Amino acid sequence: MRAAFTEDQIMLRDTVRDTLAAECTPAAVRASWEQPSAFWPLLAEQGVLALTASEELGGLGMGALDWVLVLEEAGRVALPEPLIEHIAAVELLAESGEAEWVERLASGEARVTVFQSGGYAVSADTADAVIRLGDTGAELLTEFTTVRHAAADGSRPLFTVDGAGAPLSGDADAALDRAILATAAQLLGLGNQVLDLAVEYSKARRQFGKPIGSFQAVQHHLVDALLKLKFAAPVVHRAAHSVATNDPQRALHVSMAKIYASEAASLACRKSLQVHGAIGYTFEYDLHLWMKRVWALSEAWGNPAWHRNRAASSLFGA
Amino acid sequence: MNLTYTVSEQAFRADCRAWLEANVPATPLASHNTREGFAQHVQWEHKLFDAGWAVVSWPEAYGGRGASLVEWLIFEEEYYRSGAPARVTQNGIFLLAPTLFECGNDEQKERLLRQMARADFLWAQAWSEPNAGSDLASVRATAKKVDGGWKLSGNKTWCSRGVFSDGIYGLFRTDPDSERHRGLTYFMIHVDQPGVTLRAVEDLDGEEAFAEVFLDDVFVPDADVIGEVNQGWKVAMSTTSSERGLSLRSPGRFQATAERLKQLFVESGSPERLRDQVLQSWMDADAYSLYTYQTVTRMQEGGHIGADSSLNKIFWSEMDIATQQTALELLGARAWLMPEAPDAAPGWLHDFLFSLAGPIYAGTNEIQRNIVARRVLELPR
Ligand SMILES: Cc1cc2nc3c(=O)[nH]c(=O)nc-3n(C[C@H](O)[C@H](O)[C@H](O)COP(=O)(O)OP(=O)(O)OC[C@H]3O[C@@H](n4cnc5c(N)ncnc54)[C@H](O)[C@@H]3O)c2cc1C
Repeated sequence: MRAAFTEDQIMLRDTVRDTLAAECTPAAVRASWEQPSAFWPLLAEQGVLALTASEELGGLGMGALDWVLVLEEAGRVALPEPLIEHIAAVELLAESGEAEWVERLASGEARVTVFQSGGYAVSADTADAVIRLGDTGAELLTEFTTVRHAAADGSRPLFTVDGAGAPLSGDADAALDRAILATAAQLLGLGNQVLDLAVEYSKARRQFGKPIGSFQAVQHHLVDALLKLKFAAPVVHRAAHSVATNDPQRALHVSMAKIYASEAASLACRKSLQVHGAIGYTFEYDLHLWMKRVWALSEAWGNPAWHRNRAASSLFGA
Repeated sequence: MNLTYTVSEQAFRADCRAWLEANVPATPLASHNTREGFAQHVQWEHKLFDAGWAVVSWPEAYGGRGASLVEWLIFEEEYYRSGAPARVTQNGIFLLAPTLFECGNDEQKERLLRQMARADFLWAQAWSEPNAGSDLASVRATAKKVDGGWKLSGNKTWCSRGVFSDGIYGLFRTDPDSERHRGLTYFMIHVDQPGVTLRAVEDLDGEEAFAEVFLDDVFVPDADVIGEVNQGWKVAMSTTSSERGLSLRSPGRFQATAERLKQLFVESGSPERLRDQVLQSWMDADAYSLYTYQTVTRMQEGGHIGADSSLNKIFWSEMDIATQQTALELLGARAWLMPEAPDAAPGWLHDFLFSLAGPIYAGTNEIQRNIVARRVLELPR
């Protein structure tokens, strides 16, 4: 029993964190509301896109325990790219014998997105292929039409996708659980960033001759958010372990991760907004870029109610 | 990250389980907050100690097994899973002992540790005073230096199970000119001696769970001072994290309660409107366990628990209330029957009442939030 990451995993996280902090600034996230985002080449160059492909196919052969922290960092900066979908797709394509797609995805030469049948596909406009996850398995669509649906989170463009697909033989349930876990990880990073913003703001903003962070009501708001985030982290990390080891309880653990991360990040948004006062309620201030991503991702890949149902059926039986 | 148990951890669990299954009393003991029940619990502690299970994480020299922190968590999971009795030694083994391990001298450890672990001598915590609750540094009880020791006077209160205990420990002002945290000294006091008066105070449940203690020129030998004179605050603070965090409320306790709640839910016909609450309690107990394994891993690799223990305390105490409330909702009118009523659902009402104290004792949750704000978020004063 050892509930901690390895030094290599921490180092990988730190490298990605530093790069993203320098490149994916709030201004860049804001710009991606207006024009297509441009981080894919950077992610390719950093090896992020190659994490889960096998070494024979140009990848690093890593697993969920390696990428979960990377996805947290992508969340922290509100990276406006479909990394969740990429992570879900690569192993599914590999399992389905689609070596060429895997190579092209790992190098960043091609892009895919993944969506749940009946739902929206993120970034389908820039995808070379789309994977549809349905009740009966996964399908690969290489020819498809898209309709854009303007979304509240302007840096996460949503589409409905139409087209005929070819069945993929890989494990669609595992791909779904990877997408859910990756979403939970991003939510954790987003939530932590939203809290950090509020903590910094509360030290700088003064009222009644003091920093507002010295007022107990403000402090307790922030602690409540921290508490939720701190307890969500090991739940997300355990889910990564269960995905990596294909644990029999994987579905329960992954659903728990999504529930805890969504709720912690949502609470962090509420508390952060409250602590910011009116400035937080403006379009001009960056907080909303993060809040809208939190709301979008809380709904994506199963909202908390969907995950409660899934967790309950695994806990109490159907 | 490897969240599976090693072969030796699994073997340890099997040993715990086998012994508990063979030895846990089939019928529950009387409440440990009554004189009769307390005596039964003391007998149980003797048995536990003699078999080597009372303090698994302590060195063998003091009656332990030198178990790792992970093994200790396993023991706790098995202990609560088996429905074994509440630990009347807890204010000794979980609160005083860590202080002795950290700040006590060898003579004190030799003399006191085995004795408290076997329940041959029972300790109660006497930190609070009528005017020093959250503001512990405002203690007024005093100690005056005399030949070979000290004379203690003052008034302590809210001593859990103090009426059944043999000794108490707490802070006394040894420097009359000092203020606040300075000039305090940590003493251990035998209560069976002239000048000590104990008054029982009934808790919400109507049991004599507390003692108020009056000290009037009570002699305490130098040998019963822990750490240095006038350094009592430091001594006391060295172990507050044990009380808030790990040792007092290990995850096994809440996981066992969550399992009982799940069972109650099923027995109550799985009412849909309460499903999410039951699920939440089960998941929270699981999350608390994961968080604890993460903390323990960090500690085993040389880290400290620090102010994180305050987050722990807020989490378990709020989770406990939510869990108990859900149980009462499942029980409906039966929940509010006294244990002697024919239709009573034993345990739940008592546990609900006790859960309400969680956000108050061991430092209130408001105080814990203040600590986290200062020490973790580094917010200004
Ligand atoms: C079941 C139980 C068992 C106990 N066992 C023991 C024991 O064995 N030994 C022992 O010594 N003590 C024990 N206590 C006492 C416990 O430690 C105190 O009750 C606790 O420290 C709070 O002190 P108080 O009751 O005087 O409340 P107060 O300190 O008067 O607080 C009253 C309220 O004001 C709030 N408050 C106070 N200061 C602040 C602040 N700065 N910021 C925000 N809010 C604040 C508190 O959070 C609380 O809500 C026990 C208490 C209970 C309920």
